[in-house]
Formats: sequence, C-alpha cells, structure tokens
Amino acid sequence: MKMPNTSEILLRVEGVSLAFGGVKALRDVSFDIRKGEIRAIIGPNGAGKTSMLNVINGFYHPNHGAITFKGRTRAQMQPYEASRGGIARTFQNVALFKGMSALDNIMAGRTLKMRRGLLWQTLRYGPALAEEIEHRHRVEEIIDFLEIEAIRRVPVARLPYGLQKRVELGRALAMEPDLLLLDEPMAGMNLEEKEDMSRFIIDVNNHYGTTIALIEHDMSVVMDLSHRVAVLDHGVKIADGTPDQVKENQAVIDAYLGVAH
Amino acid sequence: MVGLGQFLEVLIGGLMSGVLYSLVALGFVLIFKASGVFNFAQGAMVLLAGLALVRSLDLLVAWGFPLWAAIILGIGFAAVIMAITAWLIERFVIGPLVNQDGLTLFMSTIGVTFILEGAAQMIFGSDAYPLRLFPTDAWFLFEDLFPGGILLNKLDVWGGFIAGILVAGLAIFFERTKTGRALRAVADDHLAAQSVGIPISWIWFVVWFVAGLVALVAATVWGTKLGVQFSITFLALKALPVLIIGGLTSIPGAIVGGLIVGAGEKIAEVFLGSYIGGGIEYWFAYVLALALLLVRPQGLFGERIIERI
Repeated sequence: MKMPNTSEILLRVEGVSLAFGGVKALRDVSFDIRKGEIRAIIGPNGAGKTSMLNVINGFYHPNHGAITFKGRTRAQMQPYEASRGGIARTFQNVALFKGMSALDNIMAGRTLKMRRGLLWQTLRYGPALAEEIEHRHRVEEIIDFLEIEAIRRVPVARLPYGLQKRVELGRALAMEPDLLLLDEPMAGMNLEEKEDMSRFIIDVNNHYGTTIALIEHDMSVVMDLSHRVAVLDHGVKIADGTPDQVKENQAVIDAYLGVAH
Repeated sequence: MVGLGQFLEVLIGGLMSGVLYSLVALGFVLIFKASGVFNFAQGAMVLLAGLALVRSLDLLVAWGFPLWAAIILGIGFAAVIMAITAWLIERFVIGPLVNQDGLTLFMSTIGVTFILEGAAQMIFGSDAYPLRLFPTDAWFLFEDLFPGGILLNKLDVWGGFIAGILVAGLAIFFERTKTGRALRAVADDHLAAQSVGIPISWIWFVVWFVAGLVALVAATVWGTKLGVQFSITFLALKALPVLIIGGLTSIPGAIVGGLIVGAGEKIAEVFLGSYIGGGIEYWFAYVLALALLLVRPQGLFGERIIERI
C-alpha cells in the first residue's frame, strides 16, 4: 500500500501513563501519527487501545505525559476542545443519537461548523437559512459517499448494526476532521460489511486526505489497510512499524500467542 | 337534569385549569427531552421562582417603584435567581454525574428538591404571599343563551394565552436551532454528544435555566391563583399523570395531557360526584393515567419505544 508522501507529524503522544486506581491502563506510551497516514493500534484484549483513543480525544486525562496535536502541546484537554481542534471519532459500541434519524445524526456532526445565532435559526430567515442549506448539502454528499441514501429518514435505533456503524462514521466525517479515530470499525460485521467498511476507510483517506487512527482486531484488515502499526500489550507499547515489520516481531507473536509473563 | 349551559361551564373551566397543569408539566418534559433526566425538583423550582418574584415585588413597591417597573425588575430578578440555580445544579450535582445512569440522575434531583425547598424558604420566607399579577375576576359569557351565563375566569384565559406562547417558542427552539438539536443529542448519548464537540456542561446549564424560566411562568399564574406558598410544590404531583397521559417526551403532549386531566376531573366531579360520592377530583387523574399505562405506556404523544433485541 502506498505510503503518504509527507512525514509531517500530526499528533505525537509522549510518555503517557494512565491509571484507574491500582490498574495501570497505559504505561509510558509514546508514538506519533503522521499527516495523511492510516495508523493502526492493535493488541490483545485489555491492552489499553481504547484507553489510548480516549486520551487522544480528551475523555480520559493522563496521569503523566503530553500530547502534541498540530504543534500544540498539552497535558490534557476537554472533549469539546479536541473536536474543535479537528479530532473526530467513532465508538466500539456504536454511540448514536438513537431517537434521531440518520440525517439528523450526521447533521449533529456539523454542530461546531454552524455560526448563525439562535434567533435567526429560530426564524429560519436569511443567512441562517442559507447556512442550514449549505450544511445540508455537505451532509448529503457524505450520505451519497457512504451509500445510505435510502435510510436517511429512518430513526437509527431501527437500523441493523452494520448500517449504524456507517451512520456513525458519517457523523464523524461531517465534522471534516483532520484526525479520525475509529474504535473497532468492523466489530460484529460480516465479511461483506467488513469489505464495504474497508473501502470507505481507504476512500476517506485517499479522497479527503484525512489522517486515520484505528483500533481493530481483525488482523488481515489491519495488515491490508494500515501504513504503520503500533502494538500495545498490558498498557505497554511492545512494537511499532510497518505491518510487515510488526508481523515478524517476536514480542508481538508472544503477546498474541500467550507466553507466560 | 343537567343543562347544556352548566356542562359547557364545567368543561371550559376544566380545560382552563388543565392548561395550568400543563404549565408545570412542561418543565418536566423540557428537562427530560433535553437531558434524559426526570427532574423531581420541578415543583420546588416553581416555589423558588414564585418566592423570588413575590418577595422582590413587595420590596420594590415598598421602595416606591411604580408597579410596572417593579414587575419588570421583579421578573428580571427571579430570572437571575433561576439562572444562578441552574448554574449551581449543573456545577455541583448534574455535572459530576456525566455518563451516569438515568436513575442516578433522578435520585440526585430528589436531593435537589429538598435543598431548593429549604433554601428558598430560608432566604425568602415561608409564609403564604399573595401575588396579583393577573386579574382574578371573571367574565360571564352568553348570558342571553343560558341562565346566569358561562363563567370564565380571566386568570385562566391569561394562563392559556401564556402557555400557548411558551409552547410555540419551545417547539421552534427544539426543532429548528442548532442548540435544540444539541439538546436532543445530549439526551440520547452523552459520550457521542461530547465526541461531536457539544459542550455538555453549557447545554445542561441552558436546559436547567429554560426549565427555571418555565417554572417562573408557572409561578406567576399559580401564584396569582393560590398565593405563593409551600403547597405550590405539590403541583408537581398533579403534573405526573399529565406527563403519563401526554407522554414524557412531547411538548404538545404536555398540553393535551393537561387538558384531558383538567376537563376530565371537573366533569367527573360534577356529574359523577353525586352518584359515587365526592372528591373524585383528587384521584381521577391518577386512575386515568394508570388505565392509559396499561394500553399505551409511552403516552398519547410519546416516542415509540424502539428496541432491537
């Protein structure tokens, strides 16, 4: 797979540690994500992958370490600061607004982009109307791109799981993020759905140039999709490199096959 | 034999008092729709808003302000009190409980109820204070058609008018604005809302503040009717069957539920009372709500309960 032609670093994680009481979820983890690449984070269950994503988008605040995103370093940030800065994400167990339609869910992703005041929106008049139409136009593009035209009016709680995951991806894309975090985008999908999702991820990366960090359990997917892979085990980074390098790494093989620690 | 005139009078009187129940129910619906929290403290908020208003009014009039200025300033003062309350609730109660279960949040609002009731009476006094914002006399309509005419309280008409404006405003706010969409999003899923950049603490402040304003409106009407006093908090109990009938998530449902309860209990009292004994007014609404729960648990206008298994 073609490597992105820039080595500019979008996000750097340095020496991040995170503990919940006595449980050390992350121990001194450092890695970086380059602009335009698809970066995978893998590891056995409980390795701290989701914790890592939660640190990046501000749900968790690390006990030690720093995160540099777009050249700004900080010890911690709030979730809305992360999304304002251009980080979008999806969740391991789909987190959609269940009572709202697919369209409204994706529109919710535009929240930060809407500028007009409350009064104008209420009256649906002038600039606010133009703004709503413009955002709607962008959202329709995303709906076309993800091939979910037929379900745009359906309350998402009624959709099958695979489609819910697609709507969730749509909502993240609507934020036009610089960095997209995907937490197990293929979990619970059948082969056909996985192939569709892989195609969308590659297209997002190619067409929009969006940098993607993803967690995934399906090894064949990870090896096909990603440019670089970081491997976590028990909260420690044990390997980092191209898919081929990682596959050969003895520590990784041990972690997956279960050597006594 | 009961005449048509009497029936109409009872019906209209019942519908009108139903609108006043709706005013209280609206506060519940608002918070539930927007944060998924069933706010037990709504009755206490009506008491707090009413006390802040009536006490500041008395003081301003005593200082020699003209009545119109005193009313404007008094309402402004009460609104500020509700804003401070909303901020405190978000900061110290609901805020730290982000991502918790709905039941946990509900329990916390029970705690808020006691604190608000205590604080409101400690600061503003615990007597019954009369409030005279709206006329309390009555019109007699169609006197040439029916003997004695049909009695219509001016206060009830004001209540209906205000409720109408409130509902229209809230419906537009929820359906059409970015903030409205953000409110619905927060109600559905805290984490997902945060992930798309909705500042959850700001949204919750807005919700509790708007619910405080609805409580203030309810307090102006109910305070004029009953006087501002502790028993006004029991209105919250009357709002429960209204919510069950109308549906917890529907603003129009709160209005229709109120109308059904108001008209139903008055008609039952007047026309059934002589056969099965009086006092029907006090339990009719609850029995009606119970019956409806059996056939339509989400209420007349509530969202269909959708669940994939």
